[in-house]
Amino acid sequence: MASSLISNPVVNSERSRESKKKKKKKIQNQNQNQNRTRWKTEVEQQIYSSKLLNALLQVRRNASSAEAPPRGRAVREAADRALAAAAKGRTRWSRAILTNRLKLKFKKHKKQKVGVTGKSRSKKPGVSILRMKEKRFPALKRKVRVLGRLVPGCRELSFPVLLEEATDYIAALEMQVKTMTALSELLSVAGGARANAALADRIGSNRLSPT
Amino acid sequence: MSSRRSRSRQSGSSRITDDQINDLVSKLQQLLPEIRDRQPDKVSSANVLQETCNYIRSLHREVDDLSERLSELLATTETTSAQAAIIRSLLM
Repeated sequence: MASSLISNPVVNSERSRESKKKKKKKIQNQNQNQNRTRWKTEVEQQIYSSKLLNALLQVRRNASSAEAPPRGRAVREAADRALAAAAKGRTRWSRAILTNRLKLKFKKHKKQKVGVTGKSRSKKPGVSILRMKEKRFPALKRKVRVLGRLVPGCRELSFPVLLEEATDYIAALEMQVKTMTALSELLSVAGGARANAALADRIGSNRLSPT
Repeated sequence: MSSRRSRSRQSGSSRITDDQINDLVSKLQQLLPEIRDRQPDKVSSANVLQETCNYIRSLHREVDDLSERLSELLATTETTSAQAAIIRSLLM
């Protein structure tokens, strides 16, 4: 399933590069406005919630077969993958998360940081970052580079594109936090309810006579 | 610096003006809860970038904490597929 997600954006990005650049800029601006509010809608949150739930149940099934409790790291990766899938391949960071996952599977390496895909992408590495260096103080350039490392797959991007990706990424992360909080509250309530019911059974039906 | 103007070869994007950069930075400022209420001329670009990095890092930390919590909950909660369906419908 992940491969179809990746092959489509690649074809799309190649096509858009061939079309007029001015047109692409206009569409980009529109998309940018749409994308920013997109993550805040109820619909997106519901879509992500169900994806996340499925992913977490999958993690649990995998973990129980391996006889190890699911660790936070596994949950984090599943949550990130679900988030990237919810982005529908429209942004670089989401594609980077999904491709990095594939690379991990093939290489069987443990990578701490996502976003190493920048190496394959750099035709002219950091030309616009060089422009930044000329224009601004080196401190700014350093911060831009740090930002590029924080957003997956955005190391060698030009400043405007990097900001665009960062904007979408921040909105998506906020939604991720909101959803995971709601889910953990739901699960703790569900677990608590079950525990209470089990406890009530154990105490005995004498004391808690059902009416 | 004359070299600034002569460098017009960029990979796939048009020339970036100072105004464009300022515009993008102010848009970014609006996203950050710490500094969105400050006057734009009182906040430097370096500030905004720094706050952006801090904010993303704090969001990452929150997600990590939530992941830990969820992994504990998953381990202890005996969630059958029926309960999962109930939770799903509650989320909808």
